[in-house]
Amino acid sequence: MRLTGAQIVVECLKKEDVKVIFGIPGGVIMPLYDVLYSETSIKHILTRHEQGAAHAADGYARATGKVGVCVATSGPGATNLVTGLANAYLDSIPLVAFTGQVPTNLIGTDAFQEVDICGITLPITKNNYVVRDVKDLARIVQEAFYIARTGRPGPVLIDFPKDIQLAQTEFEYPKKICLNGYKPTFSGNVKQIKAAVQAIKNAKKPVIYAGGGVISSNASSELRDLVLKTNIPVTTTLMGLGSFPETHSLSLGMLGMHGTPYANYAMSDADLIIALGVRFDDRITGKLDEFGSNAKVIHIDIDPAEVGKNVLVDIPIIGDVKDILEKLNKYILKKKETEWLEKIKDWKRKYPLKYCKNNGELKPQYIMEAINKITKVGTVIVTDVGQHQMWAAQYYQYNEPRTFISSGGLGTMGYGLPAAIGAKMGCPEKRVICISGDGSFQMNLQEIATAINNNLAITVIIMNNGYLGMVRQWQEFFFNKRYAETTLNGNPDFVKLVEAYGGTGIRVNKKQELYPALEKALSLDKFVLIDCLIPKEENVFPMVAPGSPISKMIGVE
Amino acid sequence: MRHTIAVLVKDHPGILARVASLFTRRGFNIESLAVGHTEETDISRMTIVVKGDERVLEQITKQLNKLIDVIRVKDISPQNSVERELALIKVNTNSLPARSEIIQTVDIFRANIIDVNSQIMTIETTGTEDKINALIELLRPFGLKEVVRTGKIALSRGSVTSSGLKK
Repeated sequence: MRLTGAQIVVECLKKEDVKVIFGIPGGVIMPLYDVLYSETSIKHILTRHEQGAAHAADGYARATGKVGVCVATSGPGATNLVTGLANAYLDSIPLVAFTGQVPTNLIGTDAFQEVDICGITLPITKNNYVVRDVKDLARIVQEAFYIARTGRPGPVLIDFPKDIQLAQTEFEYPKKICLNGYKPTFSGNVKQIKAAVQAIKNAKKPVIYAGGGVISSNASSELRDLVLKTNIPVTTTLMGLGSFPETHSLSLGMLGMHGTPYANYAMSDADLIIALGVRFDDRITGKLDEFGSNAKVIHIDIDPAEVGKNVLVDIPIIGDVKDILEKLNKYILKKKETEWLEKIKDWKRKYPLKYCKNNGELKPQYIMEAINKITKVGTVIVTDVGQHQMWAAQYYQYNEPRTFISSGGLGTMGYGLPAAIGAKMGCPEKRVICISGDGSFQMNLQEIATAINNNLAITVIIMNNGYLGMVRQWQEFFFNKRYAETTLNGNPDFVKLVEAYGGTGIRVNKKQELYPALEKALSLDKFVLIDCLIPKEENVFPMVAPGSPISKMIGVE
Repeated sequence: MRHTIAVLVKDHPGILARVASLFTRRGFNIESLAVGHTEETDISRMTIVVKGDERVLEQITKQLNKLIDVIRVKDISPQNSVERELALIKVNTNSLPARSEIIQTVDIFRANIIDVNSQIMTIETTGTEDKINALIELLRPFGLKEVVRTGKIALSRGSVTSSGLKK
């Protein structure tokens, strides 16, 4: 079958079972859009900014576990994807991005809307391609999807010159992928797995530290089996929230800079840390020299470069977390370290997460507790970045994987709304709630139009304190309360704003108004924004100051 | 501590930029870099000399391996390898005594004179880095006009190979 390059891409997308793509057309990507115009099996969501398209594809990927796809034109369209790609790269999210490019004979001439997007995205993509011959196209698209979703997932970009979109060739989807420089290790070394079993058997104070890798390898049920058999408490990273049910008594919640005191104490006191799909980020370890200084470390991860990067590891096991846990669970013996569990129970009793509740104010923590109370298991919480993100992580109990969607590594303000759009497109049957702040929300609020235009019943909660709150909090603690440029004067009336787009807005000024507003929003099957006016200078606690060990937390006494 | 690593890569456009930018952004220092074709079509070999302890070397190796177009990375220890560098040295020869002294030095080093006129002589030499350094230092007093060096290339001794890509 002779097809044009643009037709080949669409055929490849169908082969890869792509149902939804996000993007914006422009000059040199028009041949591809012309083919999409008459294609019924792929739904294209027109976002209002390419960054929105990249984040939406990312949210879609996180919610479904499939590869997210976004499309942009050359030049500014392509550069607008950059933040979204970096975001996906740091959180290991499978994406394939297509960018239009000027015709091959103009590449390198500074043509109109020409930019070297492969050069720009070199350090923030797992791989990228410029298609220079239409004969390579099908292979490249197939490789891109394969590379994006296998091994440690990540974004792949394909730069697609206009003349290649129009050029014709015989279409054949390659039967086999041949990449001799890319062979991720999948199965763990059995000897190492047995060593881990032995270490777990000997440990008196073990703790499991689970991250995003558990979710991306779909290893939650294997993790649960391990925990139920061994009674080892589990703490998760921000990226790992939902990998183990937080309502379970062995859950310690999140660890790290804004983690629970008992998670941080358990990590600091442990004699064995079982690290699953994590990368010992500075937000987790605090002062590196004192992190897990009493502990042996078992590190299970698919990326060999993460093992031993920040922390010395005693038992490294390279491979897929799910596959390795399955094998580990076969060898593992039942155990219960009663003394250790008592100690943890005691920490939980003495140092719960807490906030000042007495004066009837509408506290952000209270908002998250309320949402936790009235939503069912399986609700997808998507967040932006800042204080509200941490409250959402702390005060909502995540019981299922892929129900907490947040920008972890890059910390991208403006991620929330477009990611919620992607999540809702991927899981239309699930309730999707976007928790945002007045600062973050304004970084991509144009996507309200995308949500409303597609009748997406997303509930947005804005925790509105009139500040870039997390930065203000740091200024309060580390810069003598000199609030340099963190006051958000001139904020819009968010209720009127959403109404202008044709959505529903509700303002909540007082604590008593919260439940009725939430109930109303959740009962309406449409886009609703709730603007919650929260105390202006509320802080996120506990907090580990940068450079401190995680056992030393501000706000814990 | 200096390490020599051999990196076999797919001969794709941009691979050099990929490798070089990896070193820059991860804060690894390249002391020298030599690239060229291998016995197999479409596969190039980069010989990179880097400074760093074992841990740095391990990270470099792992990060390089993550690049899709990198096929193999091998640390080549100096004890078990042969290494060579090529240098071209253009040196002043304005006076007659200088000229004969330079020729003697070139002979001692088994280097070659590959271009000459009344003003300059261009000398070609291959060898280990130390040998080339020594030659350059001996020629420096005559006035070095220009020096170019290829950077080190290396192969493991004996029948050990770094490639062996054929199945």
